[in-house]
Amino acid sequence: MSNELVVLALLMGVVTYPSRALPLLAPGIERLPPRALLYLRLVGPAVLASIAAAETFVQDTAEGANTLHLGIEALGVLACLALVAWRRNLFLGLVAGISVVALARFAGLG
Amino acid sequence: MSAVSVPDLRAARRQLLLDSAGIAVSAIGFGFVFGLAARNAGYSPIEASAMSVFAFAGAAQFAAVGYIAQGLPWLPILVLTFFLNARHLLYSASLAPWLRREPFGQRAAMAHVLTDEAFALAATHFHRVGRADVPGYWIGAVVAVFIPWNLATLAGVLLGGAIPDPSRFGLDVVFPAAMAGLAVGLVTGRRELVAAGAGGAIGVVLSFLLGPAVGIVAGGLIGPLAGMAAPEGRRRMAPDSDLTGLPVDLDGAIADAGAGEAAGAGAAVGVAAADDRHPEPDGAGR
Repeated sequence: MSNELVVLALLMGVVTYPSRALPLLAPGIERLPPRALLYLRLVGPAVLASIAAAETFVQDTAEGANTLHLGIEALGVLACLALVAWRRNLFLGLVAGISVVALARFAGLG
Repeated sequence: MSAVSVPDLRAARRQLLLDSAGIAVSAIGFGFVFGLAARNAGYSPIEASAMSVFAFAGAAQFAAVGYIAQGLPWLPILVLTFFLNARHLLYSASLAPWLRREPFGQRAAMAHVLTDEAFALAATHFHRVGRADVPGYWIGAVVAVFIPWNLATLAGVLLGGAIPDPSRFGLDVVFPAAMAGLAVGLVTGRRELVAAGAGGAIGVVLSFLLGPAVGIVAGGLIGPLAGMAAPEGRRRMAPDSDLTGLPVDLDGAIADAGAGEAAGAGAAVGVAAADDRHPEPDGAGR
């Protein structure tokens, strides 16, 4: 069993640490321009949405090509999205998304 | 505001433990889901645990699962991880005035476990007691989040192996659904909504045309520019934490960091928001 991702985990920790530590260790360094703070605030929703959408709608084939895909997984993600937006409860959303996909597959739909 | 007496400090720590219990339960749930997602992506138990120990950042960890599954090279993974976790700068800045008299080594160690929850619990607790309380910080950061998150990660990645065909039970949708749900938790206004929509659209189109390695990174880095171009609109609520899905007052931290004021950011992760936003970070009675 490979453990090469341990190195990646370490590097992720290395690139995360400065934003956690710099203001604590060198006060004043955090005073970024408002536009930079706004950009940083918007990176979270953008990158998470980008990953979710690409993961849901793009599949790679055995030949290595990328294809657009619309399957039952999209319905599961949509169910999760709707519940999180409505109830502000991610765990509930995940349970709903998993249930939709599992039920559809048991019914032979996906 | 003066520092509290010892009995009051004990009472404040009891309250902190109560606040921490709910957060620990949420951290266990999400840590377990991360372990499952990591297992489905082919992580070994050691690799999954290393992510939770060294990176210790929910959204970045979940995102890395997708990056790895999509075959993204490490460099863009690290760039996106940096940007995803840059908000910690604000939490750190908000707590800095409280902790500036603590030894350098201790502050350096505290920084590693500074998460949405640690910030929220510490800011509220410090405000409650009127000064920094280092044991209180460790309770919130390590007892409530770090230990439950790591144990649950290990449980998820180990117990996930007992499920013969995860996709049959819909578990393959955990990852994209978690990403989408976390994104919704961060959408607190029009600009976030536009950034998420643009990021998603760019992610799909460019992943289809040029591959996920390009599409995901482009969506994450160009999407915010679309959000910045949108009018501000009304902010509706606090964003959610990426470790527990509970709301955190990020705006409070931004306001505190921007103004260079003390902590007491009115954080709210399962705890009441503080009304007084101008506590004394250097209160006596240490």
